[in-house]
Amino acid sequence: MGRLKAYLKSFMLWELLLGLRLTGRYLFAPKITVQYPDEKTPQSFRFRGLHALRRYPNGEERCIACKLCEAVCPALAITIEAAPRADGTRRTTRYEIDLFKCIFCGFCEESCPVDSIVETRVYEYHFEQRGEQIMTKDKLLAMGDKYEAQIAADRAADAPYR
Amino acid sequence: MTFEKFVFYVFALITVYAAFRVITVRNPVHAVLHLVLAFFSSAGIWLLAEAEFLGITLVLVYVGAVMVLFLFVVMMLDVNLAPLREGFVRYLPVGGAIGGLMILEMSLILASRHFAAAKALPPHGPHYSNTRELGALLYTDYAYPFEIAAFILLVAIVAAIALTLRRRPDARRQQVGEQVRVRRQDRVRLVAMAAESRSAGPAEEEGS
Amino acid sequence: MVETIWQVLLILIKIVVILVPLMLGVAYLTYAERKIIGYMQVRIGPNRVGPRGWLQPIADAMKLLMKEIIVPSNANRFLFVIAPMLSLGPALAAWAVIPFGDGMVLADIDAGLLYVLALSSLGVYGVIIAGWAANSKYGLLGAMRSAAQMVAYEIAMGFALVGVLMAAGSLNLGAIVRAQAGGVLHWFWLPLLPLFLVYFISGVAETNRAPFDVAEGESEIVAGFHVEYSGMAFAVFFLAEYANMILIAALTAIMFAGGWLSPFAGIPVLGAPSLLWLLAKTAFFLFFFLWFRATFPRYRYDQIMRLGWKVFIPLTIVWLLVEGVAIMARVGPWFDHAAAAAGS
Repeated sequence: MGRLKAYLKSFMLWELLLGLRLTGRYLFAPKITVQYPDEKTPQSFRFRGLHALRRYPNGEERCIACKLCEAVCPALAITIEAAPRADGTRRTTRYEIDLFKCIFCGFCEESCPVDSIVETRVYEYHFEQRGEQIMTKDKLLAMGDKYEAQIAADRAADAPYR
Repeated sequence: MTFEKFVFYVFALITVYAAFRVITVRNPVHAVLHLVLAFFSSAGIWLLAEAEFLGITLVLVYVGAVMVLFLFVVMMLDVNLAPLREGFVRYLPVGGAIGGLMILEMSLILASRHFAAAKALPPHGPHYSNTRELGALLYTDYAYPFEIAAFILLVAIVAAIALTLRRRPDARRQQVGEQVRVRRQDRVRLVAMAAESRSAGPAEEEGS
Repeated sequence: MVETIWQVLLILIKIVVILVPLMLGVAYLTYAERKIIGYMQVRIGPNRVGPRGWLQPIADAMKLLMKEIIVPSNANRFLFVIAPMLSLGPALAAWAVIPFGDGMVLADIDAGLLYVLALSSLGVYGVIIAGWAANSKYGLLGAMRSAAQMVAYEIAMGFALVGVLMAAGSLNLGAIVRAQAGGVLHWFWLPLLPLFLVYFISGVAETNRAPFDVAEGESEIVAGFHVEYSGMAFAVFFLAEYANMILIAALTAIMFAGGWLSPFAGIPVLGAPSLLWLLAKTAFFLFFFLWFRATFPRYRYDQIMRLGWKVFIPLTIVWLLVEGVAIMARVGPWFDHAAAAAGS
């Protein structure tokens, strides 16, 4: 009896019909597409996007050129050169991130003892010229200045979990 | 010259040209494609002679199936052309003799009965069905020859399969019937397991 | 003389009247395919070009027109260029005998069914020649697979059509539709149900559509026979594939689903036979092509061969015997008039 049933089922393409029913049902299911430029998915405060260098509230840059980020970077995307400034403090003269090499792992952010290098939520960017993929110190500081409020809020939100 | 005659000569020229190229062209794939062209244009000639059933069947059977298999085989052959051309002069007399014989036979057949009749093929009325006539002839007057031909073809099929069939005990084959019959419960055993609570489980490292 | 020219012109106009909607249908079939498969995958498909994406096929066609046709350096140039045309030509020529309504047919030839079968068997040449001429390993593999597959399924298809012509008592497509006159239950899909399924599945295999798309086999042999084609040459293959799909769907509608006849025969307005019914039925079968593609994984090659030779062909032969007995016994409502027509 079981064999006969199986035989009949295979001739009636039973399992194929089950498959068709499944896809047929999904034809009418509500669609989950997020229409990107018009709609965006919610972001976590841990989102790792474009980098930024932060400043203290008095305007002094946080980075002390300890080069921990350069050391930890798995993709060797960070290049730092440092020298004493006129007031005798140690600062970077060059801080560059090559975005073609960067894998956005966030290790630089984790390693930073002064919370200077951070990754922001910005992920919509593009390059038009060769060389634009290098984030220079000026660009990084400008990013930091522009998104400081967001960056500070994100760090505060993440703090209880650390 | 009427339009029909013009079309006939065009088709005839293409047929002769293509047939000639089949034996002269170097590349075997090109030869097969020329043969396809020859079949196609002769089908056109048949259509012209109001034999649309035969014409379309020629395309269907020879062009659509037989020549596809020819192409299939020829494409997989790695033909070395040089040794093929070696014996040309040696075989020329034999080949020429056979060719001459065939031409003689065909002209005898054509000249004796049909050459005069073929010219004055009477046009048929609009309701004349070539297909119906052929079917009626095949299954009445020519029923036995037709059945015998079908039987010979059947024997040829069986012979071809028997010649190429090899029993290989070392080869592993799929038993499709068994594969299809397999149910889930033959292969997978679902086991119900009670969930373990977090505290009763093995010691974990202390989370903050 | 003037009359002859006028007649030729009339035929040309008729061809244009058939081909232009067909080409539009092909364009919007690609759009429908992307939308429907998208919906079945819980996506929404193309919706950016024009309102709701309606101009997407136009944009695709423009893009393909602009692109360069690259001929590989070791390819056989002549065959490489002619292959797409060989693939499209039969797909379009078969429409000459498709009846769109009672008498609405370009060439009302007696052996219409044979003609369609012959032309659909010619489509394989485009595929084989393309695969061979491109001088590419993947192309050749695709051509080989396609050749074997087409020959296998053509036989099953032919047998299924033998069943149709036995039931209708004619090779003429118009006569086949007229033999199905009556309601839904008078159409041939019911008495010839196994043949109907075999024909439709073989049609899917003949057009190289999923789940029988081993000739293309994106995941194994890249794109199979058209791997070396680009630009408009590629687009012509695409056109041929979709035109063939529409053709198979239309033929299925004509031979098994009553063509232009209405399913509600007898009811005043709905029951009138019309071109719209044929279009609706064709669209219905086309939807199944897309549905199959969204549902089934690709068949393994040996399974395709097994299905064609060992399942479909015996199945059709057995059902032809059953049908022969039914015709002899004049089982109504399908075979009583067929037998009468054959006897006359």
